[in-house]
Amino acid sequence: MSSRPSLRNLIWGQIRYQNRIFWRTPIAAFFTLAFPLMFLIVFGLVLGSEDIEETGLTVAQFYAPALAVFGAVSATYTNLAIGTAIARDEGILKRVRGTPLPPWCYLTARVGSAVYMAAISVAIMLVAGMIFYGLRFYAEAAVALVITFLVGVATFAMLGLLLAGLSPSGDSAPALANATLLPLAFFSDIFIVTGSDTPAWITRFADLFPLRHFATAFIDGFEPRFVAEQANWVDHIHWPDLGVMLLWLVGAGLLALRYFTWEPRIGEQRSRKGE
Amino acid sequence: MIEVQGLVKRYGSFVAVDGIDLNVEAGEVFALLGPNGAGKTTTVEILEGHRKRSAGVVTVLGEDPETSGRSFRERIGIVLQSTAIEKELTVREAIDTYGSLYPSRRETDELIEIVGIGEKADARIKTLSGGQRRRLELALGIVGDPDVIFLDEPTTGFDPSARRQAWRVIDNLRTLGKTILLTTHYMDEAQNLADRVAVIAGGRIVAEGTPETLGGRAEAETIVRFRLDAAAAEMLPAIGERITAGSGDDIEIRTPDPTRLLHLLTSWAVEHGHELATLTVNRPTLEDVYLRLAGEDPGDE
Repeated sequence: MSSRPSLRNLIWGQIRYQNRIFWRTPIAAFFTLAFPLMFLIVFGLVLGSEDIEETGLTVAQFYAPALAVFGAVSATYTNLAIGTAIARDEGILKRVRGTPLPPWCYLTARVGSAVYMAAISVAIMLVAGMIFYGLRFYAEAAVALVITFLVGVATFAMLGLLLAGLSPSGDSAPALANATLLPLAFFSDIFIVTGSDTPAWITRFADLFPLRHFATAFIDGFEPRFVAEQANWVDHIHWPDLGVMLLWLVGAGLLALRYFTWEPRIGEQRSRKGE
Repeated sequence: MIEVQGLVKRYGSFVAVDGIDLNVEAGEVFALLGPNGAGKTTTVEILEGHRKRSAGVVTVLGEDPETSGRSFRERIGIVLQSTAIEKELTVREAIDTYGSLYPSRRETDELIEIVGIGEKADARIKTLSGGQRRRLELALGIVGDPDVIFLDEPTTGFDPSARRQAWRVIDNLRTLGKTILLTTHYMDEAQNLADRVAVIAGGRIVAEGTPETLGGRAEAETIVRFRLDAAAAEMLPAIGERITAGSGDDIEIRTPDPTRLLHLLTSWAVEHGHELATLTVNRPTLEDVYLRLAGEDPGDE
């Protein structure tokens, strides 16, 4: 028992192996990394280089960060919900549970891998925006952006684990993830800019959920007028938006503790009968 | 190594395991034999720490699996009945990945050799056949060099040759001095692999012993079977424990004293001019014992 692997090595090893599985699952890699970029290209083609009416932002200045948020949420919420629910149904979670790997290390590694993919997705989006669409990046907002990113992906990762716990089967997880995320994205400044034409109840409704807070806090880091108004880097941090996300993080965590299971749900009937 | 007393598992009003006692010694291969639904998997999963029990005392490697943690799992190996392995990994990667979780581990190449999947070592798991996958699971079960190994129906769904191969692997583990608890519903598997067998039915152990002595097989009565028309059967002298088996004319008699019975029977038949058609004299096979034991208290719903 002398050479028991350290927790750090266990977690790193697991992150590496989750990453390897991610790259070998082309569908997940496509939706996380290429799909948001396709939206940027399409919006760029459709809307041209004019400013978006409400905001005075160029298409890229609004959509690149908005779609970066979408990519980050896909990498965490959608991918974790689907991947974990399928792993549960296939019995992989149960297998892991029978090994010395502490369960929290496994979940930490899954989240860690998802956050890593989210960071890659955001980086691809922002770099593509800067190179091809003239996206302006403000160094003074960088710290706030990183904080927003970390709180956002942590929240959506936890929501993804919760959704995995709530999914009756691995097959239903993709439908549940998309049915919850996509409609909300339309109200939350991801695909469509909400402005003075938008009924107030829609934005108020959207503000109940964490997505619009993530988007607002992130997009403001690229908003020239907002950036210009702030005196120092601390002012860039959107405390109320982060607060709402943290509330969701804690709530999702508590519910995940209640609903997350390691046992496959398919075949539960059979096992209930004593086999 | 494994001690179980009065183990009970209930799901609502359904009692899956109804008071089981077990004792498996170090280095022993112990088989839980029973039909589907008998409670084998439930029992094994409680011993592995996968399920909580409703009542009873369970000790594996000196610990209670329900409350034990990492150090316990470092010393056990589990081959579950139906689990997947990440199918995008190669065989070698899977063994390396799972092996990295244990303090002492067996070499990947050695394991690939032991379970005989050398030709697939660098293939993705999704390209493996069912039997190859099961053998890989066996490799993952022993990658941490465990002291106690749980095998839940290790060869279900195998073709005969894959099965022989798996048996050889398990036999190898025995020679390494591992303690093995396996479940099976195949008689020949228990007979081939196990030092001791417990027959489980309806959540209870109905018999326990070596494959040779199970259910009092050594002292068990001899079974004499023959065919006789109903009218003549009426006239049979009262000898042995008579059981009318099957349809109408088939007669089965159990006796601890076959020589005497046969003498009485045949002389009676000759005297009265009856022919004992299809006369056979049998010692019960393990399968007979099993079917009788498992049938007495059917475990299915």
